[in-house]
Amino acid sequence: MTEIARTALTRASPAQETASRARALAAFKLGDSTFYWMTRLAALAVLGVLGGIILTLVIGAWPALQAFGADFLWTQRWAPQLQPDPVLGALGPIYGTLLTSFIAMTIAAPVGVGVAIFLTELCPESLRRPVGMAIELLAGIPSIIYGMWGFFVLAPFLTDHFQPAMIRLFDGVPVLGALFAGPPSYLSLFNASLVLAIMVLPFITAIARDVFATVPPMLKESAYGMGCTTWEVVRNVVIPYTRVGLIGGLMLGLGRALGETMAVTFIIGNSFKITGSLFAPGTTISAAIASEFAESDGVHQSALILLGLLLFVLTFFVLAAARLMLRRIERRQGG
Amino acid sequence: MNPLYAARRRRDVLVRALCVAAAALGLLWLGLILWSLFANGLAGLGLDVFTKTTPPPGATDGGLANAIVGSLAMTILGVSIGAPLGMLAGAYLAEYGRYEKLSDVVRFINDILLSAPSIIVGLFIYIAVVQTTGGFSGYAGALALAVIVIPVVVRTTEDMLLLVPNQLREAASALGLPRSLVIRRIAFRAARAGVITGVLLATARVAGETAPLLFTALSNQFWSLDMGAAMANLPVTINNFVQSPYETWRQLAWTGALLITLAVLALNIVARVLGAERKLK
Repeated sequence: MTEIARTALTRASPAQETASRARALAAFKLGDSTFYWMTRLAALAVLGVLGGIILTLVIGAWPALQAFGADFLWTQRWAPQLQPDPVLGALGPIYGTLLTSFIAMTIAAPVGVGVAIFLTELCPESLRRPVGMAIELLAGIPSIIYGMWGFFVLAPFLTDHFQPAMIRLFDGVPVLGALFAGPPSYLSLFNASLVLAIMVLPFITAIARDVFATVPPMLKESAYGMGCTTWEVVRNVVIPYTRVGLIGGLMLGLGRALGETMAVTFIIGNSFKITGSLFAPGTTISAAIASEFAESDGVHQSALILLGLLLFVLTFFVLAAARLMLRRIERRQGG
Repeated sequence: MNPLYAARRRRDVLVRALCVAAAALGLLWLGLILWSLFANGLAGLGLDVFTKTTPPPGATDGGLANAIVGSLAMTILGVSIGAPLGMLAGAYLAEYGRYEKLSDVVRFINDILLSAPSIIVGLFIYIAVVQTTGGFSGYAGALALAVIVIPVVVRTTEDMLLLVPNQLREAASALGLPRSLVIRRIAFRAARAGVITGVLLATARVAGETAPLLFTALSNQFWSLDMGAAMANLPVTINNFVQSPYETWRQLAWTGALLITLAVLALNIVARVLGAERKLK
């Protein structure tokens, strides 16, 4: 552009003018296609990241895959110290990952959706923004802070007060007695699950609130106009209308719980044995990687990478399903 | 009163009470966490924290200077690699390829990467960078953070560019501005506040990330500005100090946690204020 302006100012001859105009246009053209390809390559780089993650994990996991094969999935023993042939199995971490996520979600899902209902239906207008913002800030706190707080504050409290009561309460009861079997322990699956629940709670609330906001006010007002109570509006209008998105949001929370590392690593105990009791130490896939990876080598390290690959595949499917569901809600809102 | 009405009302009151209780519980956690952070972290907050390096085992004084500097360096480098890439990709999704099949795929994958477990990113960079270059390094840590920044920035950039009215682009095109300049000078300028918000949120997100740094940047007990070697950083230092038997280390862990939380909260609040200003206009 500057070139054209300069040409105009110096009042060049018509021939010169055409030449410089052609030059300027050529420069534009070059800049245009350069920028186009830069953006396109950047977009492709996003796919490249995914491809890179899968490729590197598969390469890294290959030695372990060859050594253990499918047995890796249902072997409980984790003995990297055995030389020259360590026995490594993923059953313990898989069990811990699924169990802690399940407990965390059964606590966080109803509470999180409850907070979202409070924010969209019950909360006075003046409180809506500050409370919503507080929840969002809670969602932004790094997970290591939750882990640390769980380690220093929550775990001692639960272990001294909550766990003994539960153990006494369910002593002798079949099934539940085994689930809540003693002794109480700082490092336990139960404590880790609770920290996880507190961590995913604001996350679920934020998504559920956004999903609830897509309900057309007219629908709710019609229901209120017919004399429905708040609960009836939520149950019969808001939740049916947003069901797909709500499930998508919960699965997004689940994806987060499955892969969370720092919130659980401190208090889960890093034990690969499955005891059946919630108050016993355990481990999750991510906690196992976090606590052992830096000091591992050879097949042990490869097995940890294989664990990571399993985790990635698991969360990939959960997140993909979640996104597809949320997309349906977005599309409906878009018209 | 009609018994049916009474029953409906009872149920309504019960559910409302439960929802209020849930909200109170949610805020209670925030309060409790912030309270313990301040109560434990403030005690150790002094000038030493910013001027002395992390203490050796058993020492009674020390600070977090090397960890703070390392964290700053890696976060800044990570964001300055990830944010431009994310902006360019976001520009492609919103401008050139808005209705393309490829963009649909990129969008979907990006959304998955957005919530992929961060420890996986650590493994990825460990195998791709640490193993091939032969050692832990600050660069590897920054790259891991960049991988986390990209999807956040892609998403916000695209969303913000989509909000720019098409008439602006059409008007610029009608004046003969080439497409790339329409995007850079018109669309991006109109969406500037939103894009900056996205970058700030991405910075807040990576500022406290621990898992991807555990075995990429590792940690370093000494003062070092060399990003080609293992580098100290706040999250991993906290991780190492929390479970230690030394009172000094535990205290520093709390102080570091307080610093990180304050930084993240401040970034979040600034981002939100910027975002809100944009909406008012």
